[in-house]
Amino acid sequence: MSSTDTHHDLVDEHIVEEARRIYPKKVDGHFRHIKWGIQFATLAIYYFLPFVRWHRGPDAPSQAVLVDFPHRRFYFFFIEIWPQEVYYLTGLLIIAALTLFLMNAVAGRIWCGYMCPQTVWTDFYMTTERWIEGDARDRIKLDNGPWTLEKIRKKIAKHFVWILIAWWTGGVWVLYFADAPTLVYKLATLQPGVGEAYLWIGILTFTTYVFAGWMREKVCLHACPWPRIQAALTDEYALNVTYRYDRGEPRMSAKAATAARAHGAAAGDCVDCGQCVAVCPTGVDIRKGAQLGCIQCGLCIDACDSVMEKLHRPTRLIGYDTEMNLKRRECGEAPIYKPLRVRTVFYAVLILAIGGFMLVTLATRDDMHVNVLHDRNPLAVRLKDGGVRNGYTLRFSNKKPDVRRFTLSVAGVPGAQTEVVGVPPDAKGQVTIEVGADQTREARVLLSTHGAPAAKGQTPIVFTVTDAETGVATEVKDVFITP
Amino acid sequence: MTTMSEDTFDKGKVRIDEVSGTPTTGHEWDGIEELNTPLPRWWVWTFAVTVIWGLAYTIVYPAWPTLSGGTQGVTAWHSREQVASEVADLQVQRGPVLDKIKDAPLDKIEADPELLAAARTVGKVAFATNCASCHGAGGQGAKGYANLNDDDWIWGGKLADIKRTIEHGVRWDADKETHVSAMPAFGKDGILTPEQISAVADHVRTYAETPDSDAPTAEGEKLYADNCAACHGVDGKGNPELGAPALYDQVWLYGSDKPSVIARIVNGGGAVMPAWKGKLDDTTIKALTVYVHSLGGGQ
Repeated sequence: MSSTDTHHDLVDEHIVEEARRIYPKKVDGHFRHIKWGIQFATLAIYYFLPFVRWHRGPDAPSQAVLVDFPHRRFYFFFIEIWPQEVYYLTGLLIIAALTLFLMNAVAGRIWCGYMCPQTVWTDFYMTTERWIEGDARDRIKLDNGPWTLEKIRKKIAKHFVWILIAWWTGGVWVLYFADAPTLVYKLATLQPGVGEAYLWIGILTFTTYVFAGWMREKVCLHACPWPRIQAALTDEYALNVTYRYDRGEPRMSAKAATAARAHGAAAGDCVDCGQCVAVCPTGVDIRKGAQLGCIQCGLCIDACDSVMEKLHRPTRLIGYDTEMNLKRRECGEAPIYKPLRVRTVFYAVLILAIGGFMLVTLATRDDMHVNVLHDRNPLAVRLKDGGVRNGYTLRFSNKKPDVRRFTLSVAGVPGAQTEVVGVPPDAKGQVTIEVGADQTREARVLLSTHGAPAAKGQTPIVFTVTDAETGVATEVKDVFITP
Repeated sequence: MTTMSEDTFDKGKVRIDEVSGTPTTGHEWDGIEELNTPLPRWWVWTFAVTVIWGLAYTIVYPAWPTLSGGTQGVTAWHSREQVASEVADLQVQRGPVLDKIKDAPLDKIEADPELLAAARTVGKVAFATNCASCHGAGGQGAKGYANLNDDDWIWGGKLADIKRTIEHGVRWDADKETHVSAMPAFGKDGILTPEQISAVADHVRTYAETPDSDAPTAEGEKLYADNCAACHGVDGKGNPELGAPALYDQVWLYGSDKPSVIARIVNGGGAVMPAWKGKLDDTTIKALTVYVHSLGGGQ
């Protein structure tokens, strides 16, 4: 473009950044070790959790963590969730969101840098890439070089290992939805009836390979909503990976800096070696300040520290620091650290409150649940003798791993007759309903008055379901409708 | 961004627009020039792929109408065949419990919680498809269409009775075993005079919900005994063998107000229900029987 007028700059600025490949360099240090640890732990949990056993009795599955869609159950160690208790999942999601907020208020996007699956698997993929193709310089040389046999061999080896990891990742995912050893056996021996599992393994193999192998930082920069939200949730007290420009500037070579200092002139610690940029998995220059691309993984800190050590300068020219401290240093004040703030305390209290509430309800929830559904069409039926009949569908949920028997009684309408379809009353007129271990059973209950009808309109009634052995009663309210 | 269209009719006019810095195509109308801003490559490719996809689709699947039907597509795919195969898959899935329903006697189905639940589920769907148009979504009936939730059963409310009614229907001429009952048209055929009909109506309405009519008369009672009691019983209790509904109760299929009762006596006859044997398989009919029986508990 040849135009040089003032509008030129606007036009020349690309709306979409030109594609560039990032070749992060290997780095070693404090934060890299933390990252290794978390990566190892999270991957180990993901890959091996489905194989952990948890005995629950003869009729229940013995897998510690299992999402049992066919039987509508979710098992998590000692917790068993029924479909009507799915609000526990809502609670977990709220806690997860608040934890993310709390992490952010304390130390910025450390979720992104250490725990996010995108980061963990991308790091895993980069490690294998480095193992096969070598470090950054070798990879750049390989990619820019001609297609030699060596290059073809390395590329095939890399993608083969990547797909292998992706396949294993997708494979483990389906193990959370069925008995893991059985499913592994079925999949391995090509048994029929597991087509759905193959499909999901295929989908997840593809997404893992594409996301961790090809998209990497592009997911963080363009697809993930969290950096946008995060910017609105952070404040000047949150720890962020920060370049101390007060110490680093003006940049110059180590030699020039020594000379300048000898003459009493200002010289920064930053020698502009570019190592912080070279190791960054998202290709960010942290010296430009806090930015969207930074996932706070701290690898630039390790890189910078190793350089500072070699130069015998103090470390943490780049470090976890707060915006507040940058400002304070500028004014000559001592840095402060304030993890306890209204924001963090508020999040922590909310997390504890919701978590506590969930634990209490989990610990005290009933092992028996009764649901009543009044017939809607018709609401009430007129009988031959002038009486009125209402129909109800009762659903009994027996959450214990034993078969239980319940007696049913209905109170509220004097003289009304109770009938349970398919369950004849015993000699005393008592109706007993047997519900299988860890199962639900529906019963159709008909409540009829005879002769003189009950008061017009709605009469409140109470269904009482009593455990025949323990005598523990569950009451459910409904109404009897007289037209 | 820098490529220019080749068919510019006046190449001399192609230049860079000062404001945007974008090349123009050379097209100009009344001083308004067209900027050359080509579509993004990915967009063009996406468009091309969708065109190819669309063409391939019309070759693979039935697509183009012809004078007598349409193209069949190279795969000869039919939605009807797909539905048939999906239904077959469903039968395989439901097979075990459906087989149990098929083999078990009706009262055993109702006594077994698992079979009762399955039969009610299957029956409910079959009811919604085949029965709800007359008997209502919940079997609540309507004027002239029996309510299946009450305790009044014209043709009997035991499991076997209900099954027989579903299988053979009511006044369904195509079925030899259908329920037949014929109430004479007392008015139309001139068997009774209008005054006599009014008297009979007053008599049978005495047990109705709101006896708002004239007091029953001895004449009405006598006319009832002579003309109605043979089918509906001396005490008006009805007779399921003949399909004669009970009259001395509060369930009125055609309404209990006097004009409705008079209309029945004048016109006679009764409603028709299709026979479902042959249209529905035996398992579905059994499931329907159990479902209907469970609605109001049957007899």
